[in-house]
Amino acid sequence: MAKADALQGSLDLLVLKLLSRRPRLHGYAIMAAIASSSGEVLRVEEGSLYPALYRMEEAGWIRAEWIKKDTGRRARVYELTASGRRQLGTEESRWQAVSLAINRVLREA
Amino acid sequence: MSLWSRISNALRSERLNREIDEEFESHLEEAIAAGRDPKEARRAFGSAMRARESGHAVRVSGKLEELVQDACFGARLLIKNRGFTAVVLLTLALGIGINTVIFSVVNGVLLNPLPFPHPEQLVALHESKPNFANGAISYPNFLDWRKDNHTFAAMGLARGYGFSMTGRGDAAQLSAEFLSDGFFAVLGVRPVLGREFTPADETLGASPVAMISEELWRNKFDGAPNAVGQTITLDGKNFTIVGVIPASLKLQVSNFQVCDVYAPIPQWSNSILMSRGAGLGFHGIGRLKPGVTIEQARADMERVTGNLAAAFPDDDRGIGASMVSMKEQIVGSTRIFLLVLLGAVGFVLLIACVNVASLMLARASGRGREFAIRAALGAGRGRVIRQLLTESLLLGITAGAVGLLPAAFGLKAALHALPAALPRAEEIGIDFRVLAFTSLISVATGILFGLAPAWRVAKENPQTALKEGGRGAIGANQRTLSALVVVEVAVALVLLTGAGLMVRSLVRLWDVDPGFDAHNVETFNISMPPAMASATAEMVRAKHRALNEALAEVPGVTAVSQTWGAVPMAGEDDQWFWIDGQPKPRTNNDMSWVIDYVVDPDYQRVMKIPLKRGRFLSRHDNEHAPLVVVVDDVFANKYFPGQDPIGKRIDLDNFGGKAAEIVGEVGHVKQWGLDSDDTQQLRAQYYLACLQVSDDFLLGMRSGSSFMVRYNGNLAPVIGGLRSTVRHMSNEQQLFGEQTMESIVADSMASRRFAMILLGGFAALALLLACVGIYGVMAYLVSQRTQEVGIRMALGARRSDVLLLVFKGGARLAAAGMAIGVVSAIGLTRLMRQLLFDVSPTDPMVIAAVCVLLMLAALAACFVPARRAASIEPMRALRTE
Repeated sequence: MAKADALQGSLDLLVLKLLSRRPRLHGYAIMAAIASSSGEVLRVEEGSLYPALYRMEEAGWIRAEWIKKDTGRRARVYELTASGRRQLGTEESRWQAVSLAINRVLREA
Repeated sequence: MSLWSRISNALRSERLNREIDEEFESHLEEAIAAGRDPKEARRAFGSAMRARESGHAVRVSGKLEELVQDACFGARLLIKNRGFTAVVLLTLALGIGINTVIFSVVNGVLLNPLPFPHPEQLVALHESKPNFANGAISYPNFLDWRKDNHTFAAMGLARGYGFSMTGRGDAAQLSAEFLSDGFFAVLGVRPVLGREFTPADETLGASPVAMISEELWRNKFDGAPNAVGQTITLDGKNFTIVGVIPASLKLQVSNFQVCDVYAPIPQWSNSILMSRGAGLGFHGIGRLKPGVTIEQARADMERVTGNLAAAFPDDDRGIGASMVSMKEQIVGSTRIFLLVLLGAVGFVLLIACVNVASLMLARASGRGREFAIRAALGAGRGRVIRQLLTESLLLGITAGAVGLLPAAFGLKAALHALPAALPRAEEIGIDFRVLAFTSLISVATGILFGLAPAWRVAKENPQTALKEGGRGAIGANQRTLSALVVVEVAVALVLLTGAGLMVRSLVRLWDVDPGFDAHNVETFNISMPPAMASATAEMVRAKHRALNEALAEVPGVTAVSQTWGAVPMAGEDDQWFWIDGQPKPRTNNDMSWVIDYVVDPDYQRVMKIPLKRGRFLSRHDNEHAPLVVVVDDVFANKYFPGQDPIGKRIDLDNFGGKAAEIVGEVGHVKQWGLDSDDTQQLRAQYYLACLQVSDDFLLGMRSGSSFMVRYNGNLAPVIGGLRSTVRHMSNEQQLFGEQTMESIVADSMASRRFAMILLGGFAALALLLACVGIYGVMAYLVSQRTQEVGIRMALGARRSDVLLLVFKGGARLAAAGMAIGVVSAIGLTRLMRQLLFDVSPTDPMVIAAVCVLLMLAALAACFVPARRAASIEPMRALRTE
């Protein structure tokens, strides 16, 4: 749970960033990618990820598509839209600004 | 997501659920493949259900499904609180119902186009003369207008008449119109059978033809197709039926109204029909050519009448054509009246809304805890507001549906109560526009009264609400509730002022002396036997004497007079004269005009008109005696100011310039009605004896005569006696159109009285609703302040202090509302100036009276809450918390 808390407010940013690098991921792949690329530090729960995905789809930042997997099951894959790309830009610069500010505080303290 | 996909999502939510399941299954598969323990993975997905729920909320139906949920929840809640729901529904349904009724009247009368093809091309035509802006058109003038104009596709002329029909059962009195040819074609109305009059029918000396109404055709001819070609005997003359006019035709404009039988104008045996100076009660209609504006038509007719004035200066100098769109002619006079009523019911609805809003607000604060818990559980503030608005919309729409019921069923009944003066009453009904209006105000109402509580909830902090046990925003609620009461009182004051002004106008009107005593006076007509059609002047006089003598014998009748000229408030007639010794003016329009009453000597006793000087007409003023005339005081002051008119002589143009001696002066009679008589141009009056009128005039009375009698005791036996006497004299003559003089006077005030009754009713309703509102708010405030009152009393406040506290609170609210209301009323009541009589729209008496009434009502509404507050037991009140 603590790990999820660390993610609060930045889940959207992570998902958008991942999808910008590697389009057409399904939900599990996104979860796995967040874990692996953060060196297993950040872990997202399904209960947070899927609502976030649906919310972003609703907002028009990402779009989804059904594909057929090798196992015969269908999977839903997600990719970034143009407005999602813009959103990513905003979120990224916001994050940079915040982390910069926090670092400055930590340094001075 | 587009609205469409949202809606289709909601409808396919089952499929979507499946898809979400499928996505999770796919996810699970990946997880297990990645080496996670299947059991553990599934447990981790215990939250999958939750994820799906919130995912669903985001994704699927979104708002739509919430709406259904809110509506269901709201409906359950409303059904649970039956009393509350019933009060709210009833209040709103009443408000919406009367708005629907009044709007459907406005819609049918003012908004809907006339039921004819291209109604915008139709106009009503009149002759403008020095004394009358919209006077009657003389027949020769009409013929020239029709021939010479360039802007009209067609013109028609009409005048009412009464025929006595014989030869088909008992003699019957038929309402009739004399028409120019092509009259119905102007309107675009076709006969259901046969044809309309042709130009050949409208020539002098043409064989008599007639059109009959569909009703007469069904009743007297069994609806047989061969009725066309048969003859009908009217006033002893055989008319060949050429057409049947559809019963669907409803029209009353100028001097035309739908009737039993129609005949071409030249069939009217009137010796001055072809006289260019005689109006004779004809008024016209016209259809403009496509694309022609009424201004162009006016300019065109100015040219036509100008030419006529040059060609016939004696009769047509100063004569013009006046016209107004037919719809304006028919409904123009009712516009203010109807709009004032619509405004009034709008205010009533506003008060109803405010009442319901304060109820909802009080309830919403009672539900503070519920909302706080929902907020704490994660419901967004918007969601709670949506919930509240959905509930109020649900109420508004249900109330609209309930309100439509009485409107739909009661409309026809209500219309019967309307004064006959309301035009197009038969066209009023519930149509698409009325339904749209009702839906609109239902929704608007729901939003209006739902906004206040929703707004309050939006401002509330769930934490404080929970802490304070659901009484979070009492102070703020009190302010909002108080504001609502102030609004209510203000609106009620505006309505009460409107009603008060109408009442005062009516009182003023009743106080106006009509110049005669209408009490115990009956008026009626008698049709003459067909044989009289060819009577000589001598025979008409003999008949006149015989009828007067016979009717005077009827038990209960104390005085009889025939009335051949004008009848006060019921029929107008005018003549012209010049003062004896002065040169005869060149044209009729240069002469002096006067209202003429052609009556018998007993007329003064029938009407109890006060004699000012000299004497009234007597039995000796007959055809053998010198011509005498009695004038009224307006006449005397106008033509013989400062002199004694008795003995003066005037030359009567209608008697070929014969001089008449003035033998008496009587009081003025309000010919034009109690309200407008003083402002009319033509007010001078004179009285002539029936037996002394010219032979021309006399021969006009061969078809029938009008009567006025004064009676004692009950009217019914008198009418019975008159009827049997008339029948006894000849079974071919009959009595019809009986009406008491009192009802004629009352009718002259009908539309005002009607406006007063309706406005009074609406104002009473508004007052009642406002009182309920004040009561509700004060009761709520008292209940919220139980503790405070308890403390006060524990500290030594007396019960009277507590009473005063509540009354003061109520009075303060009422006073604030009244201040706003008075300002609004002063602004608004000037719009109804036209409906008032002899009362200023800002009459201080009325406003003061209304304020006192409203204050008393407000204090009365405070009475129960005040008593409840005063009866609080301090100890118990303190213990309740």
